Amino acid sequence: MQEILQYLFSGITNGAIYAVIAIGFSMLYNSTELINFAHGEFVMLGSLCMVTFFGSMHLPLIPAMMLTITCVAVAGLVFERLAIRSVKHPEPIVLIIITVGASIFLKGIGMLLWGKDAYSIPTFSSHPPLDIAGAKLLSQSIWIIVIFLVTAVGLQLFYKKTLTGKAMEANAISKRAAWIVGIPSKLMVMMAFGLSTAMGGLAGVIIAPITMSSYDMGTMLGLKGFCAAMLGGLGSLWGALIGGFLLGILEAFGVGFVSSGLKDATAFMLLLLILYVRPGGIISSADANRF
Amino acid sequence: MLEVNRNRSMKIIFSIIAITCLLFTSTAFSASEKKPYKIGGIFAVTGPASFLGDPEKKSMEMVVDQINANGGIDGHMLEAVIYDTEGDPGKANLLATKLINKDNVIAIIGPSTTPTTLAVMPKIQKMKIPFISCAAGNKIVQPINPWVFKTAQSDILAVAAIYKNLKSKNIKKIAIVSVGNAFGESGKEQLLAQAADFGLTITKSETFGAKDTDMTAQLTKIRQDNPEAIVCWGTNPGPAVLAKNMQQLGLDIPLFQSHGVASPKFIALAGSAAEGIMLPTGKILVAALLPDSDPQKETLNAYVTDYGKKYNAAVSGFGGYAYDAVKILAAALKNSNGDKEKIRKALESTKNYVGVSGIFNFSKTDHNGLSPKAFVMVKINNGTWELLK
Repeated sequence: MQEILQYLFSGITNGAIYAVIAIGFSMLYNSTELINFAHGEFVMLGSLCMVTFFGSMHLPLIPAMMLTITCVAVAGLVFERLAIRSVKHPEPIVLIIITVGASIFLKGIGMLLWGKDAYSIPTFSSHPPLDIAGAKLLSQSIWIIVIFLVTAVGLQLFYKKTLTGKAMEANAISKRAAWIVGIPSKLMVMMAFGLSTAMGGLAGVIIAPITMSSYDMGTMLGLKGFCAAMLGGLGSLWGALIGGFLLGILEAFGVGFVSSGLKDATAFMLLLLILYVRPGGIISSADANRF
Repeated sequence: MLEVNRNRSMKIIFSIIAITCLLFTSTAFSASEKKPYKIGGIFAVTGPASFLGDPEKKSMEMVVDQINANGGIDGHMLEAVIYDTEGDPGKANLLATKLINKDNVIAIIGPSTTPTTLAVMPKIQKMKIPFISCAAGNKIVQPINPWVFKTAQSDILAVAAIYKNLKSKNIKKIAIVSVGNAFGESGKEQLLAQAADFGLTITKSETFGAKDTDMTAQLTKIRQDNPEAIVCWGTNPGPAVLAKNMQQLGLDIPLFQSHGVASPKFIALAGSAAEGIMLPTGKILVAALLPDSDPQKETLNAYVTDYGKKYNAAVSGFGGYAYDAVKILAAALKNSNGDKEKIRKALESTKNYVGVSGIFNFSKTDHNGLSPKAFVMVKINNGTWELLK
């Protein structure tokens, strides 16, 4: 029992991170039908900016977080303006290849700015781990889960209650119809980019204290987040959440009950299985409650 | 017409004679200064293994400069030709070919990692070039390849050092966790193979990915059988994550790490979780702590001061592999007149060479030449290393 609970905690912690990354993927796909393969690199940027602001410059936690997320979102906007919007014939395949190139470019920038070493920063607060029926819930895990919940609720409110959010949703459902009623499509796409990369930055921020941050951490995290988004159903907020947690928890149980060597394999095998049964993901976009 | 032709051919003959005369006189002039010995170096100077290759390249250049400043070897200057493999086996193979065919080197030092070394070895054997690798893997010198030597300590010795320490603490049940790459696999193999010799039972053998962010699941699994100690085999950053997770889970048993994390970087990454961790390391890391009676102390001090003076940087054990390799090669080059078979024989009969990584005794059956004494056990205490007896 104690073990199962511990696996669950470990899974939820990783799952929340995958979910935040997956939301970034979904959000962008929703408004642009574009899969941003550089998304993992924005997670890396977030993590390493946090190392600089929180770890080396010793800014207080909240300003450091805000500054990091702003920096990453600005990087995302610059990326959109320079590499995506300037493309003459924006066909999906061209854009996707551009994001792959951007991923390599960003990794190079990360290496130049922070070097090849890995960095670690202290946890956000130094509480001892919570003891729940013998299993330990780490303080950083609680931070991650709380930050995650706040973000999810915040996004839901933004999309459902604010005019800008509704406009973005409208633009996502039909660009043409949105254009007819006077919603500036370009601005909406730009906002989607900013929000999506900000999500990546946030994932980087919350992951920095529990893992080691280095310039090459992004690719694997991006892949896992993409997996989670596919698993849940690309383009759906709830799908990203479910996909992320499912992937994290299954990985943890895979380690516990199958083999630690097969950790990634168990997760990816499950992905194949689910996609075989439900090609659109658990919440496939046909019946998905869009943003 | 005939006359003209004859004239022309005479001219050609004369010019040939003139050129040959010139060539001969030029060689006659330089006879007082002997042809330099060209030695090749291939290291992972950039890329993920640059923490190995970069200090290796610098150390090799430093020793070559030192030897040349002292008049070279038997009057021959040393010339180092160094290429960057980027840690890529394919590139390493190409560069080795280039060194042999184009640069005509008489011996090769490097590569930095086990996979790159294994990729180069078939060519070395075919071309019969003396070769000293700076990589740790056992497979390089087992089975013995007559032309292949290595200066880095093998996993076998590191595992033996840890197990000896466990035995002295009367620990019988351990769990092992290793990283899922060549380094971890090779370590795991040795850990499993030698356990019985030291009366140890391995309760669980778990693995983690090199980029894993959380290892509490593996630790939870390990905790079920209550082992008395955990041995972790990996290179940064994974082992630091494991140490942190152990602290967070309140798993209060001794943790042993491999020599793969023997650098101040590990203490920086693991922070307070590093306290109390024990690991085997080459003596270079604790050179200042060694008693004066230690036979390697003088060599270590010389290397640390010279390297610090030249590059204004702290030494790592990795640069020492290349330092030893060049020095051993230089000794073997003496009286060899550049003959490869003579160099090989001299390398094989190197005895009691006191190096940075240990005391080398090469023989026909041992091309690494080190004993378990090459490692010392250290414990991390108050953020620094403490020598264990």
